[in-house]
Amino acid sequence: MSKASHISRGRRFVLIGLMLAGFAVLAGRSAQLQLVDQAFLQEQGDARHLRVVQVPAHRGMIVDRNGEPLAISTPVQSVWANPQELVASPGEMARVAELLALDVDRLQRLIGQRKDREFVYLRRHIAPDRAEQVMALDVRGIYLQREYRRYYPAGEVAGHLVGFTNVDDHGQEGLELAYDDWLTGQPGAKRVIKDGQRHIIEDVENIRSARPGNKLTLSIDRRIQYLAYRELKAAVRQHHARSGSIVVLDSRSGEVLALANQPSFNPNNRRRLRPDRLRNRAVTDVFEPGSTMKPFVIAAALQTGKYRPGTRIDTSPGLFQVGVHTIRDMHDYGVLDLTGVIRKSSNVAASKIALSLEPRTLWGFLSGAGFGVSTGSGFPGEADGHLAAYRRWRDIERATLAYGYGLSVTAMQLAQAYSLFANDGYRVPVTLLRREDPAPREAVYTPQVARAVRHMMESVVHAGGTAVKAAVPGYRVAGKTGTVHKSVSGGYAEDRYVAVFAGLAPASDPRLVAVVVINEPRNGVHYGGLVAGPVFSRVMAGALRLLNITPDDAPLLQTRSRHGGGPA
Amino acid sequence: MSTLLDSGREDASRRDWQHLLHIDAVLLFGLLATSAFGLMVLYSAGGQEQSILVRQLVRLGIAFGAMAVVAQLRPQWLQRWTPWLYGLGILLLVAVLVMGDVGKGAQRWLDFGFVRFQPSEMMKLAVPMMVAWYLADKRLPPTGSRLLVAGALIVVPVVLIARQPDLGTSLLIGSSGFFVLFLAGLSWRLLGGLALLAAAGAPILWHFMHDYQRQRVITFLNPEQDPLGTGYHIIQSKIAIGSGGLFGKGWLNGTQAHLEFLPERSTDFIFAVLGEEFGLLGILVLLTLYTFIIVRSLHIATQAQDTYSRLLAGSLAMTFFIYIIVNTGMVTGLLPVVGLPLPLISYGGTSMVTLMTGFGILMSIHTHRKLLPT
Repeated sequence: MSKASHISRGRRFVLIGLMLAGFAVLAGRSAQLQLVDQAFLQEQGDARHLRVVQVPAHRGMIVDRNGEPLAISTPVQSVWANPQELVASPGEMARVAELLALDVDRLQRLIGQRKDREFVYLRRHIAPDRAEQVMALDVRGIYLQREYRRYYPAGEVAGHLVGFTNVDDHGQEGLELAYDDWLTGQPGAKRVIKDGQRHIIEDVENIRSARPGNKLTLSIDRRIQYLAYRELKAAVRQHHARSGSIVVLDSRSGEVLALANQPSFNPNNRRRLRPDRLRNRAVTDVFEPGSTMKPFVIAAALQTGKYRPGTRIDTSPGLFQVGVHTIRDMHDYGVLDLTGVIRKSSNVAASKIALSLEPRTLWGFLSGAGFGVSTGSGFPGEADGHLAAYRRWRDIERATLAYGYGLSVTAMQLAQAYSLFANDGYRVPVTLLRREDPAPREAVYTPQVARAVRHMMESVVHAGGTAVKAAVPGYRVAGKTGTVHKSVSGGYAEDRYVAVFAGLAPASDPRLVAVVVINEPRNGVHYGGLVAGPVFSRVMAGALRLLNITPDDAPLLQTRSRHGGGPA
Repeated sequence: MSTLLDSGREDASRRDWQHLLHIDAVLLFGLLATSAFGLMVLYSAGGQEQSILVRQLVRLGIAFGAMAVVAQLRPQWLQRWTPWLYGLGILLLVAVLVMGDVGKGAQRWLDFGFVRFQPSEMMKLAVPMMVAWYLADKRLPPTGSRLLVAGALIVVPVVLIARQPDLGTSLLIGSSGFFVLFLAGLSWRLLGGLALLAAAGAPILWHFMHDYQRQRVITFLNPEQDPLGTGYHIIQSKIAIGSGGLFGKGWLNGTQAHLEFLPERSTDFIFAVLGEEFGLLGILVLLTLYTFIIVRSLHIATQAQDTYSRLLAGSLAMTFFIYIIVNTGMVTGLLPVVGLPLPLISYGGTSMVTLMTGFGILMSIHTHRKLLPT
């Protein structure tokens, strides 16, 4: 062992020095990271696992005037996947597809098409227990998202009115759309710790609580709504009608108690939804009101003072020439007083009265009754109806206006107009929401005039009137029929009608107004009194009973009052 | 430290258990202490899974067993078989390139049916052994043709392994050979020349690099350039270490590691877990343990009685150091990403067995010394 072959002292020091220098650099680097940059790196670390996530907010409930639910949100789960993370064996995939009721090939294709995305819904809105089963499979890359699904307990009965939301909980139709902002909640936010796989490990703090949406209380009475819907549906079916609408109003407050249409749809199941079923026809569709206009012309005539209820009008010979046009009655009614004009629904008499009034005056009263003016209900897609400006009226137009041609209304508009007669001449704007404050009122006719016309309209349901079948046992009913030829391009169809009945009850102290519109009855009869009248009668009878409104036409009561105090 | 450096106390006449069992107690203590610390960190990094701990314990058992067995072999016997081992290693490396299994994008494995074998692991020991063997009976310091032959003995396996490609291992093997040359007294002038050559050769090396290797260099120079892709590892590990602070977040409390932001946290990047949970203090403890092992190994080298043993022991000690520096330098963002585990700490088997075999050689060298009369 020569000394030369020993490792030289210098080299040993170099190696030791190299090692110490290396470790010193390393320790220095660690100290730099851990002491100098610590705050920054700590923050960076927090930024990587502290996340702010949304807390979904509950959408407000829609209830009827008595608090019965019409639209409620229930918590559901949506299953989504991150295709970039998704690791699943074919067996697992088949199981996932089965639980989600999806075709496994379609599921594979869906994920395959979105390979480069990080988010794809597999199935939205499934029951929480089903979602738990999917998560129990423990497939990497599949997650849940809590959402709310809208459920409509009244189904198709209130479908048009309430409308529906889309899968993202935004209102799409009806009042869900109209009051979307009011119903939509404020999503909350919370800070959570998430791991590298984006699973939430721990809630750290609540930044903002989710504020649920507001409750929307409708003016609707669900019981009356069901009744109205059922009767309307039966009538539309019985008469093979194309469509139909019904509106029931609380005449004093203008609150819509029921509003239904046919055909309808079930908002809970919109898979095979045809657009024509979606229309809330009572609000969005207009029709010519026909003879239901006559009471307004009579009221205007009385209001001017030129006419009295007893004023007699000669309708012979049932024909009346205006320029080149001929206005006809069904029969020659001879000389009629104003009550007779209403009861017999004489076009000739109504036209003569209309022509005798100042166009501007007549227009004023019609406009005051809400014709051609939006009701302001706020319902999406509401039609305003049409009433031409009086300056442009020609004689024939003034004449036809008197029996309801040449203007258009919606069923709701007509109901609002009829509430004038129920309210002693005051117009109360209709509303679809429950009124908390007294309704604003605007006088159009004097109470005397309104009562007089109301009284005249009572004769319509009596023997000799056009709508005997609209009578309600025990109650005095005032109303008017309308049987309108449908306008088609180039004139009026001889064989297509709209059957209308508008009325109110009890006539002595009116509470309810109802309008029934049956579009194109095709089963033989088409008169408003025969087609729409019975629907009015049944719905009104039920509604009066449901609301505990005292009968004003009970023979028993009359007997009692005739005998005075009775045997005592 | 006195026991480390004071050779006087190593009385050759002692016939204690260390010499009977051919175990160096001081080195063994350093290795066991480091492994125990490693198990603790691994338990946390592995998500507190019993099975990971058990598997690592089995590996440690095998590795320490291999160490104990190799320690029984006399250095002279090792020296005799060195050329055969080296030759076999070269053959296997060629075989790997021709017909090796591809694992993780690189050809490193030979499949013998019953066992998969990584010849490059074997070369970690065979190369320094071979260079030491070659220089053992030559005049030192080596110059001229002898230097060229020694250089070739290093360069051939290094290139073969770099071709697999396995940059980390080839770097390790290259440095193990280099340290033999350095300890043999390679002239400073030549060292300077080599350094210059390396600097000049960098662009050429760049040219021969694989894309992923180039990418690693780019990432190293600027990890924030691609924070979601290749820079992700480095950024996450720097955050983990940095957020540990002076005393760390406490055992099992590291968020970066436990929330699975830190990749490879139980293998190559386990140092970051240590930094996060035990802080600067934990890092210093680990470095102290490592220093202890290296100093003891260098001490064994200086105490060795023949050139072969001395060169081999010194090289093994310094290769261990390189191992540590490459891994920790990578995790702390000082060096480019090179896939080497942290010795004695990282989860993994093969490299640990090789490493402990090396320590077995050191123990053999130290406990088989001829007893000199005082």
